[in-house]
Amino acid sequence: MKFINYLQSITGVSIFPLISLLVFVIFFILLGIYVLKADKNRLNYIAALPIEEQEKEENNKISSR
Amino acid sequence: MTATSPPIEKFAYDNTTVKWFAYATITWGIIGMTVGLWAALDLVFPQLNLGLPFTTFGRTRPLHTNAVIFAFVGNGIFMGVYYSLQRLCKARMYSDKLSRLHFWGWQFIIVAAVITIPMGFTSGKEYAELEWPIDILIALVWVVFGINMFGTIIKRRERHLYVAIWFYIATFVTVTVLHIVNSVELPVTFMKSYSWYAGVQDALVQWWYGHNAVAFFLTTPYLGLMYYFIPKVANRPVYSYRLSIIHFWALIFLYIWAGPHHLLYTSLPDWAQSLGVVFSIMLLAPSWGGMINGLLTLRGAWDKVREDVVLKFLVVAVTAYGMATFEGPLLSLKSVNGIAHFTDWIIAHVHVGALGWNGFLTFGILYWLIPRMFRTQLYSRKLANAHFWIGTLGILFYAIPMYWAGFTQSLMWKEFNPDGTLANKFLDTVTHLAPMYALRSVGGVLYLAGVIMMTYNIIKTVRAGSFLANEEAEAPALPKIYTIHGKEHWHRWIERRPVQMLIAALIVVSIGGVIEFIPTFLVKSNIPTIASVKPYTPLELEGRDIYVREGCYTCHSQMIRPFRSETERYGEYSKAGEFVYDHPFQWGSKRTGPDLQRIGGKYGDVWHYNHMFDPTSMSPGSIMPSYPWLFSDKIDYEVTPKKIRAMQILGVPYPAGYDKICVEDARKQGELIVANLKKAKVQEVEPLSADDEIVAVIAYLQRMGTDIKAKAPVNDTATKK
Repeated sequence: MKFINYLQSITGVSIFPLISLLVFVIFFILLGIYVLKADKNRLNYIAALPIEEQEKEENNKISSR
Repeated sequence: MTATSPPIEKFAYDNTTVKWFAYATITWGIIGMTVGLWAALDLVFPQLNLGLPFTTFGRTRPLHTNAVIFAFVGNGIFMGVYYSLQRLCKARMYSDKLSRLHFWGWQFIIVAAVITIPMGFTSGKEYAELEWPIDILIALVWVVFGINMFGTIIKRRERHLYVAIWFYIATFVTVTVLHIVNSVELPVTFMKSYSWYAGVQDALVQWWYGHNAVAFFLTTPYLGLMYYFIPKVANRPVYSYRLSIIHFWALIFLYIWAGPHHLLYTSLPDWAQSLGVVFSIMLLAPSWGGMINGLLTLRGAWDKVREDVVLKFLVVAVTAYGMATFEGPLLSLKSVNGIAHFTDWIIAHVHVGALGWNGFLTFGILYWLIPRMFRTQLYSRKLANAHFWIGTLGILFYAIPMYWAGFTQSLMWKEFNPDGTLANKFLDTVTHLAPMYALRSVGGVLYLAGVIMMTYNIIKTVRAGSFLANEEAEAPALPKIYTIHGKEHWHRWIERRPVQMLIAALIVVSIGGVIEFIPTFLVKSNIPTIASVKPYTPLELEGRDIYVREGCYTCHSQMIRPFRSETERYGEYSKAGEFVYDHPFQWGSKRTGPDLQRIGGKYGDVWHYNHMFDPTSMSPGSIMPSYPWLFSDKIDYEVTPKKIRAMQILGVPYPAGYDKICVEDARKQGELIVANLKKAKVQEVEPLSADDEIVAVIAYLQRMGTDIKAKAPVNDTATKK
């Protein structure tokens, strides 16, 4: 007997893939919106965190060119 | 912000712990790679197994994988995290005591592994071989690391958590979950346990763990390091911070589902296999997103790559990551997997990742960190460049022969004569590959030579410099109250909160595991049991434990896929119901030797007796090690009743009180095998006794896969009984 028969015996098993798809899609839509709307200056600030202070300044010069 | 600007605080970064982890990375790297080279040479010169239990391939191979993953890369992770986390948080590590405890605890675990794996203490699950007391120790030391990391994040002086820290948090939380779930085992004695799960479920849990060990030990922490060190070395911010946000969430969301792609065409339920495939294909997007983000960080700075050896290493590392993560989804397509699985193709694939991505990123970071912490220049840039080229050549010399070997192996396995019989004996496919295995060892030698050059270069640099144990720094204290400017977005909220980030990451990574496990575990009550499949006899169980101890699974699978080329060669394909008493499962992942699931009854007892003593006596040209100690070592019958009781707890239906008579039963079965061997006038290596380990091994091998043969015709209808 195929395994799917046992799977079908679980009540409401079809909800599993639906829930996962929904969670997945909604999460990434929200994340996409956030990423597109996020404040550019703030992102630039965070992105420059690994770079040392004076290097950061130099870098600001580069990006402002 | 508060009205008055916060006071500037003076503090110092702890470089000592970073230095110790760096030394440990190099030391264990050399050891782990040397053991790997040795294991690789075993396949060309089987004499190198030395005829000793401690040095056979079945034990050196797990030693190599564990050493490289958890000792070399593990220490590399901690080196990079301890350096970057402090600077990104503008704070010293939370506690120097915890840093020391973490360092020495981790080294103690590695030493314990180096001792116990060669001694044959193993749980028999790949990359999780360490036995239960060490598993507990790993959990404790990992928690020490977690406390130290979160303590640092909490006392940070920088409001925003840079994306590298998210990767570290996801690594911490996921590795914790993976390690705990996969290590649920029932201790039988000190240093012997049985996996709580059996057969199909054990396989699913193991490969959920195994795949995510790659994902969350070899990938996410290294991506964090990539996001810190590439901008740092190139002195420019990451190409797109937006992309890094999507990269992070998509990667941890998708990775956790992909485990079942290690079990395609096996007895794992088909829906779980399909889930694994779908998510593996989707993984291509975030993986390449991350790779592109890393490489494009160097936009406009490619001239630096020509000059800066550190950048060279980093670029090749990220490129290797891109190649390995392109190949991964490809390999998880069922049609490709049908060709690649169980062959050397997989060995090539993982080594592109390990040697290229992990190795080169580590070397790049070492070349950058050591001169900085020792306030000097690198001793020799020329030597470092030479290391880069010899290492790159090493990767090519390793990977290309292994790809070649993998394709050849697969084609030879599947080749038929016009009359419908198999064209090649299994052994011919092995001996045919010997030149490729030899070439691969050359690749290993080159790569290792590079590492030794690096070690010399670093020793010289260290000697020339003066170590800065505490690096002075200053930063304004973080105001307690954070004023929000305008409307705040939910993601921005979480970006400042490490604990919530941990919980979010935990939820995200749990979904995949839970959805894959629950249905598979729920059907436990009605798994397609096969009426004729019975628990192992005590002697067979002892034999099986020896099979696990000797690491037979490193070369032999117990999983016949439903291909004609496999059923012709090995017999009936494997059914889920055949493994219900297998704690742990032993499906294996590589066929250096043939599949063993239907080995039972294929040859006589005498054949096995001679073959285990000298494989070439029965199969001329065989590269299998010989196992002379099985002929003199005795089965420890003191423990057998405990093993039976443990199996009963795990749900194996031995009759109540069977533990009291199991030894008697085992001896009876042993006597029969001894009588059989004597009747066949076997040339006794040592005076035969029913207590010899070899007798138990023969009992197990002769039992393997025979249960369903008892009921002909063998097909799924048997499950209805």
